[in-house]
Amino acid sequence: MNDILLSIRGLKTYFYTYRGIVHAVDGVEFTINNGEVVGLVGETGCGKSCTALSIMRLIQDPGKIIGGEVIFRGRNLLEISEDEMKKIRGKEISMIFQNPTTSLNPVFKIKNQIIETIFEHQDIKKDDAAKQAVKWLEATGISSPYERIENYPHEFSSGMQQRIMIGIALSCNPSLLIADEPTTALDVTTQAQILDLLINLKKEYGMSILYITHNLGVIAEICNKVAVMYAGKIFEFADVIKIFKNPLHPYTEGLLRALPKKSKVEKLQEIPGVVPPLIDPPLGCRFYSRCDKSKEICRNAEPKMLEIEPNHFVACHIVSKSR
Amino acid sequence: MEEFNLLEVNGLKKHFPLTGGIFRRVSGTVKAVDGVNIKIKSGETFGLVGESGCGKTTLGRCILRLIEPTEGKVLFEGKSLLKLNKKELQMFRQYMQIVFQDPYSSLDPRLTVRQTISIPLKLYNIVKGNPEGKILEVIRDVGLEKEHIDRYPHEFSGGQRQRIGIARALTVNPKFIVLDEPTSALDVSVQAKILNLLKHLQDENKFTYLFISHNLEVVRYMSDRIAVMYLGKIMEIAVGEELFERQFHPYTQALLSAVPVPDPESKKKRILLTGDVPTPINPPIGCNFNPRCSRVLPICRDTEPQLREIRKDHYVACHLY
Repeated sequence: MNDILLSIRGLKTYFYTYRGIVHAVDGVEFTINNGEVVGLVGETGCGKSCTALSIMRLIQDPGKIIGGEVIFRGRNLLEISEDEMKKIRGKEISMIFQNPTTSLNPVFKIKNQIIETIFEHQDIKKDDAAKQAVKWLEATGISSPYERIENYPHEFSSGMQQRIMIGIALSCNPSLLIADEPTTALDVTTQAQILDLLINLKKEYGMSILYITHNLGVIAEICNKVAVMYAGKIFEFADVIKIFKNPLHPYTEGLLRALPKKSKVEKLQEIPGVVPPLIDPPLGCRFYSRCDKSKEICRNAEPKMLEIEPNHFVACHIVSKSR
Repeated sequence: MEEFNLLEVNGLKKHFPLTGGIFRRVSGTVKAVDGVNIKIKSGETFGLVGESGCGKTTLGRCILRLIEPTEGKVLFEGKSLLKLNKKELQMFRQYMQIVFQDPYSSLDPRLTVRQTISIPLKLYNIVKGNPEGKILEVIRDVGLEKEHIDRYPHEFSGGQRQRIGIARALTVNPKFIVLDEPTSALDVSVQAKILNLLKHLQDENKFTYLFISHNLEVVRYMSDRIAVMYLGKIMEIAVGEELFERQFHPYTQALLSAVPVPDPESKKKRILLTGDVPTPINPPIGCNFNPRCSRVLPICRDTEPQLREIRKDHYVACHLY
């Protein structure tokens, strides 16, 4: 069960802008095993979505993947041709996005939009593709799928649209689903429905999920493992329970302490300062200026990701020294 | 602290007409706020939660008359706001301010912080003579520095802009501030800073807050009492802790159970609602929630439940109780 499906090593994606080189993804490393839900969590602009797009090789100008490896089932996706990549996108790895309203094409019936993906990757007759499309609508919990499949996107609520997106993404039985903040634009009750749907579909079809979000509650609810990202780097990667019960990196600790408390008297812990610029990022640890435990070494040398405990990776000088 | 109702809202309604066709005929109404009664005590934080489109923002704006309500009464310190003429209303606005959700669109990009803050100062003659001292004081109150005064909004981060928005509301020494999702555009660590700031300002100045949000955890942390809104109506009002311990309305129960808890070991059972929120153009007859309610009774489909006190300070609009 625990075979590695996707392994990312030293991934670097830079954006070459007029103002300088933006180090959006700067040496990201983590792995996803078969059947696992891995959460990628971090604040706005830390490079979460950029990491996802790099895996899919969907980075556009002026961005460029300049280094690292994305090993998917033994093949480095950064080295194969665009034609081969097209066979992987949508079939082996598919993706759903934050805003379902803009991800669906408003001028086509949703039927055509589901069939398009199926046609692209399978040698199949049109009628059979249509049948499959209906099946996927049903699987994602849309009632009366035979009638609804003839509708246009605007005739659905945003929760329904996200269900359709999930249906499209799963229509070729991918082994990895990348979900980029799929519930951020939705209300809590709708979010609960979508999370429930994802968990059930995962049980049924057994795909792995890379779940990107800034919501720690959602992470706790559906993920097996968590990668904490900050300013283009992964700071901590471990089991979900370890991250929440025994966070080792000072940034992870700070993030958890900043969550609103149940008790109203307790003051929320703040993380002082702001995220460093990604153009010319600081030399040493990127969290140095905001960290309350930092020492001299943190300013000059960049910490490496080390396995501090079995399957608990942390990139921090202070943590690795204390062990 | 003496307790009196700073603000009373009685039967407040806001219906937006839907017009269409060449003669702009009215083809229907959106019942955004449909008969809301709330009382906000002086010095408390009154939380208002609900999903998008339930009318929370419209309610907040109707209270300040930024949107003219269709029907109902708003009493501020016993005076009816809806009877005031334009000039009187402007004077009243000194006591009631608002902080908006989006710190990017709520500040004028062409004005420096100094200009933004000196407009209300001049309008209400807060300081005689040189306003410099007051501007500096307000800016420091929200955690910004002197060097920020002559900058434009685009030079600030989201959290800092929200601080400017708060500073603008503070300048006129208000009594009541509507906080309309002040942190939903911000990251968790920045959100923590803004929430701490708002609490601190309240302690210093004895503000009364109406805190509107869809984020239940944030509302729980901030509020003394909480009202749950659904499709233009208040479903339940209770003291914060009590609401989270024991909810009566089936909608509140489902809503609270849907919030993801940042604890991977919690074995919470979720109540999943089926379907979507009905449109406020044609809300269901009887109880608004009846098409999605798992405990629906025959009476729910034809009679609208009224908000009743079923325990001390705990109001529920539901036929089950």
